[in-house]
Amino acid sequence: MLSRVADSLYWMSRYLERADHTARLLDVELQLWLDQTPEAGAARWRFLLEALRLPAAEAASVEPTRLLDTLVFSRENTSSIVSCIATARENLRHVREQCSSEMWEQLNRLYLQVIEPWPEETWMQKSHAFFHAVQEGAHLFQGITDGTMSHGEGWQYIQLGRYVERTDTLAALMETHFSRVSHPADQTVESAEYLEWVGLLRACLAFESYCKTYTAEIRPLRVAEFLLMNPDFPHAMRFSVDRVNAALHLIGELTERREELPTRIAGRLRAQLSFSQIEEVMVEGVQAYLKNIRSECAQIHAAIHQIYFDYSIESELAYE
Amino acid sequence: MPSFRSAHPFVNYRLNSAYDEMFGAPGIPREFYQALHRTLVGLPPEELRKSQQAADLTFLHEGITFTVYGSKEGTERIFPNDLIPRIIPAAEWAKIERGLAQRLTALNMFLRDIYHEGRILSEGIVPRELVYSCKHFRREMRGLNVPRDVYVSICGTDLVRLPDGNFVVLEDNLRVPSGVSYMLANRKALKAVFPKMFRDYGVCPIDHYPQALLATLRSLIPENCKFSQDPVIVLLTPGVSNSAHFEHTFLAQQMGIELVEGRDLLVHDNVVYMRTTAGPRRVDVIYRRVDDDFIDPLCFRPDSILGVPGLLNAYRAGNVNLANAIGTGLADDKAVYAYVPKIIRFYLDEEPILHNVPTYLLTDAAQRKHVLENLENMVVKAVGESGGYEMLIGPQSTKIQREDFRARILADPRNYIAQPTLALSCAPCLIDGEVESRHIDLRPYVLMGEKVTLVPGGLTRVALRKGSLVVNSSQGGGSKDTWVLRAAHGEDPLSQISDEVWNGLARKKPE
Repeated sequence: MLSRVADSLYWMSRYLERADHTARLLDVELQLWLDQTPEAGAARWRFLLEALRLPAAEAASVEPTRLLDTLVFSRENTSSIVSCIATARENLRHVREQCSSEMWEQLNRLYLQVIEPWPEETWMQKSHAFFHAVQEGAHLFQGITDGTMSHGEGWQYIQLGRYVERTDTLAALMETHFSRVSHPADQTVESAEYLEWVGLLRACLAFESYCKTYTAEIRPLRVAEFLLMNPDFPHAMRFSVDRVNAALHLIGELTERREELPTRIAGRLRAQLSFSQIEEVMVEGVQAYLKNIRSECAQIHAAIHQIYFDYSIESELAYE
Repeated sequence: MPSFRSAHPFVNYRLNSAYDEMFGAPGIPREFYQALHRTLVGLPPEELRKSQQAADLTFLHEGITFTVYGSKEGTERIFPNDLIPRIIPAAEWAKIERGLAQRLTALNMFLRDIYHEGRILSEGIVPRELVYSCKHFRREMRGLNVPRDVYVSICGTDLVRLPDGNFVVLEDNLRVPSGVSYMLANRKALKAVFPKMFRDYGVCPIDHYPQALLATLRSLIPENCKFSQDPVIVLLTPGVSNSAHFEHTFLAQQMGIELVEGRDLLVHDNVVYMRTTAGPRRVDVIYRRVDDDFIDPLCFRPDSILGVPGLLNAYRAGNVNLANAIGTGLADDKAVYAYVPKIIRFYLDEEPILHNVPTYLLTDAAQRKHVLENLENMVVKAVGESGGYEMLIGPQSTKIQREDFRARILADPRNYIAQPTLALSCAPCLIDGEVESRHIDLRPYVLMGEKVTLVPGGLTRVALRKGSLVVNSSQGGGSKDTWVLRAAHGEDPLSQISDEVWNGLARKKPE
């Protein structure tokens, strides 16, 4: 497969996952906002920006509606929902012959839907519908991709992009959350903070699954364990890293580059998540643990880029 | 105008001085058009309109579009398709086929000669200054040997039919002719709309074009790559913003070859590689849809980012082949065109089967004077342009336009040629549910590798604006399916299909 094509599929998938993640986060955030006093509300936006890995510099001076515009519609902010979907679409457009026409049609439809003008007056009324449409559009795209595209090398890059992005965004979100809300790890969370923790789970679509595993009793340790180490839940870190590993393994087989760098780094990260004890992680500090995961994630990304997309030809030909 | 049930769609159809493809005389269709005419008359107008809408929608959904340059960025339009097919009887097609094969063979010999000994120049058949002043003459090609001496392997020649019924060549497109995907798309649409009539007519198939193209490209592997078991053939596109990007995608998909951009290719030690996730992979033949000027920034336009630095050196070293070769635009220069009959006689010692349109060379003082005095009856074209850009159609021009062209001709006479305005033949077209007469041309696609291959048919382009003579898609043209009929009983119906194509078809059968 051409490196450029693989690169486009990978980034298309990352951007769509990012749009989906931002939409989920904002949706939950606006719901929480309704339950809060104005003073408490204002402080939240800074954390939101942090969780989305956006520079917080402008945040202090900016009122919520402007900020929301930056996060949702702005084309200057390359991580806004609309920018992400537009970039994902552009990436797919360049490699249209590599995907099924159903995929293209769905992503194109989603794009046309989000660039429609949303009048400011009705925005608060309709924001939930908007975020819902983005999430639903992304889910539909994923389903169509799995159902209509051959699960060959190209599909593996789509998987890779989605789960690398998911691991990274989840780590950033949890890092912000644990820095902000300090609560004894193994005690039940009560009243005021309860909503925050449920918010975190909801932002990962994890509340229902969490309840099935641990009941609705919220304890920070359990939330951390579920989001980090659950192997079966699609928005948990362990699950995502497993998928990254599987995709890299198959790509390694298909390209006959089994022993390459990305596979090794991803394997190391997977081992870490599989064999850590949550109690130890909490004692040593969950933030440091998450920081480390993000750094591993960045290394995996760099290694994929270096091995599959942008290698130096001279060194490659020297091996032959 | 509201249409009445009783009024058949031809009620407002008028013949003019041009040759009419369907009617030999008012109201009397030619024999091979009778069944089509009957079908159209029998259909309620509403039915026709619906079929047309259905076909348009298919084109839009499948993304069969082209981009118009010079207008707002990202202007994608569908290439309008007309549902009434154009029919060519077997005997007429046989002549076209022989004529085009002859022409392309001679033009390839001409290109080889020009880039080697230049016999035709020393014998004074074609003037030296004409060749050397061609915008598309590439001195980089001097002395370079190309596989099988085939310079032009993919050609789309524009034919028009004159009032006397004869086909003549309007221009040769020897660089990167496009439109073949529309030919295939039109056929698909027509088969869906008129399945029964299509079957009853006995139309020659064209669906094997991508396979024939692949076979042609495969036959052009450079000597140095002959040892490779599975040659790597790629289609080089300028990218998504190119007007014909749909076609590039389509052809690559149909042939099962990689669609690459310049940045996917790189040259190392005079060998071309494409960058794949499994490491660099050697490339043997490039079907390039990038113009000469942009193909190698080290040799041609240094500001091009569409090409591959070092490609020409790899080409010269014989490690890769390009289809078409570089510098083929020399032979479709509109001034060189005037010499094609002489070129055919010189190399093949045969009379041209298809004739040229009379052409005035404006470097000649007497011819220039004649043209300038009769500008309102002339068509003036820039010699190195295509796509209907930079062109004056005398009878439809304003005084200001004529003055503009007069000044341009006087400033640079070598850059223009003139031809008398031709009455292109007319064919019935569906316009808003009624049948009206529009001017058309014909672009058959000729392939040349080991041998010459033509798929029977081509792209019939339609000037959709009433009375217009410009058929280019960029200038408001459309297209229609072209039906070449199988030979009548008694003749061998397969004789028209060249062996290579036929072998290809035979292989496709399951047994």
